[in-house]
Parts: sequence; structure tokens; C-alpha cells
Amino acid sequence: MSTEAHGARRNRTLKWIDDRMPIVSMTEHALYYPVPRNLNYMWNFGSLAGLALIIMIVTGIVLSMHYTPHTDYAFDSVERIMRDVNYGWLIRYVHMNGGSMFFIVVYLHIFRGLYYGSFKTPRELLWWLGVVILFLMMATAFMGYVLPWGQMSFWAAKVITSMVGAVPLIGESLTELLWGGFTVDNPTLNRFYSLHYLLPFVILGVVVLHIWALHTVKANNPLGIDMKGPQDSIDFHPYYTTKDLFGAGVFLLVFAAFVFYAPNYLGHPDNYIQADPLKTPPHIVPEWYFLPFYTILRSFTDDWWLFQILLGWWGMEAKLAGVLAMAGAVAVLFVLPWLDTSRVRSAKFRPVYRAFFWLFVIDCLVLGWIGAQPAEQPWTAIGQWATIWYFAHFLVILPLVSRIERPRPLPHSISQPVLGGGAAAAAAPMEASR
Amino acid sequence: MIRSPMRSLHRLLAPAAVAAVLAGGAVPAAAPALAAGDAVAPKAVAWTFNGVFGRYDYPQLRRGLQVYNEVCAACHGLRLVAYRDLAAIGLGEAQIRAIAGDKEVDGEPDDEGEPTTRPAEPKDRFVDPFPNVQAAIASNNGAAPPDLSLMVKARGGAADYVYSLLTGYVSEAACKKQFKDSQGNPLAPGEGQYCNAYMPGHIVAMAPPLTEDGQVEYEEAGAPPASVDQMSKDVTAFLAWAAEPYMVERKRMGIKVMLFLLLFTGFMYAIYRQVKKDVKGRA
Repeated sequence: MSTEAHGARRNRTLKWIDDRMPIVSMTEHALYYPVPRNLNYMWNFGSLAGLALIIMIVTGIVLSMHYTPHTDYAFDSVERIMRDVNYGWLIRYVHMNGGSMFFIVVYLHIFRGLYYGSFKTPRELLWWLGVVILFLMMATAFMGYVLPWGQMSFWAAKVITSMVGAVPLIGESLTELLWGGFTVDNPTLNRFYSLHYLLPFVILGVVVLHIWALHTVKANNPLGIDMKGPQDSIDFHPYYTTKDLFGAGVFLLVFAAFVFYAPNYLGHPDNYIQADPLKTPPHIVPEWYFLPFYTILRSFTDDWWLFQILLGWWGMEAKLAGVLAMAGAVAVLFVLPWLDTSRVRSAKFRPVYRAFFWLFVIDCLVLGWIGAQPAEQPWTAIGQWATIWYFAHFLVILPLVSRIERPRPLPHSISQPVLGGGAAAAAAPMEASR
Repeated sequence: MIRSPMRSLHRLLAPAAVAAVLAGGAVPAAAPALAAGDAVAPKAVAWTFNGVFGRYDYPQLRRGLQVYNEVCAACHGLRLVAYRDLAAIGLGEAQIRAIAGDKEVDGEPDDEGEPTTRPAEPKDRFVDPFPNVQAAIASNNGAAPPDLSLMVKARGGAADYVYSLLTGYVSEAACKKQFKDSQGNPLAPGEGQYCNAYMPGHIVAMAPPLTEDGQVEYEEAGAPPASVDQMSKDVTAFLAWAAEPYMVERKRMGIKVMLFLLLFTGFMYAIYRQVKKDVKGRA
């Protein structure tokens, strides 16, 4: 889309600025950049994630003006925000539930990418940047959860940071570096607070790169075929700005329902008890968005046959294997473009992949459900099989499916999916009925 | 499951257990024996603060304050609530000063640098019954009574749980019949321990705090008879307020925000549909 078409350069002042720094044409590019005309509502979650990030940064900055990062005062300062700061309860509940909302939209955004093959050529870098954002979000959310210094804050911090000790040779030093001492204490809280303030801005930076990459390779679409000309695209503004604003309205309705009517539903009651290093809660559970990964971590027990066959016999500790598996569960997304080698992107034309995609979704839900259960049978066994399936999906099923599967014929273009004739035409009526 | 303090959800889950529990709080002898770890779902109470339009019943909160002051405050603190906060439940300044003035707090050092004390003022937070945690432990059979400021938010089951606990004490004989310890033997409370149907593990160090009708003489005109059940409900309602003093404002603002967002979303949908008309096919 040419910038001239939209007139900013005809205004002399804007032209003067633009000749010295092309901020005007950049803005125009962002607004009028061509987007596939056939995006469905699953493409709303990217902008919603951006909105969630902004809400988190704004509320977080206000909270930081009232919060005291000290083990003696942190809990009380949060309660002071809830009781004595004007609308402090509102800002804190928005921030507290905002974390969950951010993860909901980001998870849906990722599953959208998996279903429609948005990670495939030429979007590998775009996908990588997304995985980096996910890693950063997880670190930020984990450290943020520690700040109120409730029982779950403290014990989650204790459990998760202790995992670092599983790293061979340097594990102990690494844990002490993380703690700033010999256990989770005031120095830990201080550094977590500092990093919790820093990382969102790092995320913001990576988001800019993510959008940059997106604008270079353009958005994928439900058909997973490339745009072949202007007839296949429409301008981002006003078509997708209005659609995104509508999506934002729906998102904020759900968000507000939690903030105003169930602000503690996604939290744990134990976090309204001040941290007590001498009193372990009966069940230590992470926030819901970490539950699937928590299950993968806990699946690696010394007596698990798979662990013994694969790793235990050459001396690896189960704890280390669990930590590596948990990190690997996200890191495997980096190599996804080379595991799923099918040249067809969208699951619409990949019946076998589509079936396995939905099995994978169910598997993730099972992992999440098991994460909230105590570490007892039969939950442990179910979790272990779900863990096997999680990795098998990426490492075994996807490479095999992409080789064996015969995808249905692709339509010729986004704007004229019917003109293909023959087999492609058969796919088209189904398209229209969706 | 993540245990949820959301009361309405709890109401959905509770009926089966409620049906098995008599209104007075006694667990019928017919109930099957439960292992020590099994939690009994709390009784569901129709609190005035339940639901989207929930409000606190201020006379009830004031009665609850009286119960807290005369019974609970002997052992339990309320350290996050300030005396001035009581204005929100309808106490006048003189009443607030009277309640605060009963307690001593540390004052400024005097001219010689000697520490002083002064009567508490409205700006002060509720004064703890014990000078420090060691004193609390020493006078309570080895376990410090927890602070009640956030008690309703800090327990799964929230207000229903606190009320159920207060009314859920069971005699030693009934305890042995109904509950089992981790070895499967009949559960018996030890020295200085009591049996409670709703406490996780069913053993609690707190003696039944509200035992006879009229234990607290309600001062306000029009107050209902101070039955054990009524006092338990009133003090629980007061503690619910203490844990979440801005709940009414929150729910009230929520209605406005939701209505605005509905309107906004509706308009945005209409605008989007209008804009989309220019484009053939899907956009």
C-alpha cells in the first residue's frame, strides 16, 4: 500500500517531518497495511494480548507507587492498597486478574498459530519472537506472584527456585544467586520486584519486534495460503481496527466480570495469609496458567519407568529431568517449524493433523487439571501419560503426520476459493458454510 | 481444583453436604464416618452480601462488631482494620473514640526519653490482644490464634466456612462416632482440643467461642434475639466486611462498568458491521 495514497505527505508540515524522520509514513504503513480479507475471530487475540500488556504496565506502575518490597511490610502494603489507597482495590484487582487474562488470550493466540500453521515459512522468526515473549511472560508472572508475600507466594517461590539447584555442578551457586542468600528471603523479594518491573518493558520491546516481523511477512489467514494481490487483502484500518475494538469490548466484559464479581476466583485463599517460612501449606499449587507445566515437572519421579529407561540409568536425577522437561515443553516450540514439515499451513486442509491438534488441546487441559491435584495416584500416572503425549505430539506425531498425510487440495486464492475447479471446488462449499 | 472463595460457586457445590447437616450445626449421627483429612462442605448461608447486587447489612455488622469486641477480641487480633474504618458501618465519632480509647498503644517518648503509652485513637489499627506472638502462643496451648482481618478471604468457603466453623462443634462422643484419624481409628480430641465438623482434620484448639444464647447483649434497638446462630452469623458478616470493606462499592461500580462495556461493545459491533459492508465476502 503506497503511503501517497493516504495523503499525509501532501500536508507540508507532515512532509517536512517525514523527510527528516519517517514517523508519519510509518504510522500510515501500520494503519493501512494490507491484511488478508478472510481473517476470523481467532485473529483478535494478538491485539488483545497487546491491550492486556498495556493494562498490566499501567496498573503495575500505579501499584509500585504504593507497594513496599520488604518481607516485613510487603503483605501489609498490599492490604493498605486494598483498604486505604483511593481505588487501590480496583487497581490491584485489575492487575491481579489481568495476569490471568493476559495468559488466556496469549494461550488462545498460540493455539490459533498451531491450528493454522502460522509458525511455518516465512513466519519462523515471528513465531520465535512469540515464544520469547511467552518465556518472558512466565518469568514476569512468576515473580509478580511472589510480591504480595502471602503463603502461596512464598512457597511457590521456594518450590520453583529450588528447582534451579538440580542443575549439575553450579546448581547450588545458581540458587544462592537467585535467592541472594541461603533461602527465599528479603533479598529474593527485592530482586524479584526489580525484575518484575523491568521485564514487562523487555516484553514490550520484543512485542515491537514481533509486530515488525508480522508487518514484513504479513498475517497468515484461515486458508493458510499467501495473498496473491490487492484483491486478497484489505487495509488494517478501518476493517480490522473496528473488529479489534469490538473484540476488545468482549474481552473487557469478561475481564470486568472477574474484577468486579469474582476477583479472587482465580487466586488461592492461602495467599491472604502472610508468608510463614515455618508453616508449609497442605497443597502448594501454582497459578492456573502454570498448571500444565507443573504437571510435566512433577511427572519425573525416580520410579517412573520412562525416566528410568531414558535418563535414570546414566545417572541423571529425576528432579533435573523434570526441570529440563518443563523448560523443554516451551522450548520445543522453537523447533516446531522443522518438526511439522507439511507445506500446507492450515489445519482446514489437513484432516489428520486437525484430529491430532484437538487431541493436543485436550492433552494440555488434562495436564492443567492434574497440576491442581495432589501428587498421588491415580493423578501422577495420568499426568505422566499426558506428559508423554505432550512431547510425542511434537517429536513423533507431527514429523510423521506431515510426511504421511495427504492434505486436501488448496484453493487458488483467498478472494476466489471457488475458481480452482475440480477437487478444490469441493472444498469451497464447506468454506462458505463456515 | 483451585479452591475458590467465590461464594456463589460454593453455594452450587454445597447443597449435598448441607442436606446432611442439621440447621443447629450438629452433624447427624447417621452421617458416614469421615477420615480426618476429609473436609465437610460448609453450610450455605443466604448472606445479604451474596450475589451481584449484594450489600452489607450495617446493623448486622455493628452487632457482629459487638460480638467480636466482647468475645473474639480476647484472643484474636484485627490488625489490618483501623478504628476510623468503623465509620463506614455507621458508628459515630464518639462511639469510635470510646472503642479505641479502651486500648493502650505505644506513644512518643517523653521529654526525658522514657517510653510512654497513650489511649488508642481512631487513626490507630485494632490493637492486638497479645503484646507479641510468643505471648499469644504461651497463653493459648502452643498455637497463636490467627488474626481475623482477612480470615473470610483466607479460607476456601469464605463466610460460609467461618459461620460453619463457629456452629460446627461436635461432642467428644459424636466425634469418635463420625470421624476417623489417619490410621482409621475413631477420632478423639486431646487435652485442650475440640472436635469440629468443618475444621480440616476436625481437631481445633479453639474452645467453642459462642455457647449460650444471650452471651452477648445486643445494644441496638430492634436487634434480633442473640441466639448462638444469630451471633455466629453477625460476627461472620462483620469479618466479611473487615476482609473486604470495599465490596459494596466494587459491586456497585461493576454494574456501571458492565453496562458501559455492553453499550461500547454493541456500538463497536454495529460500526464494524457497517464498515464491513464495503468489502465483498468476509473481512
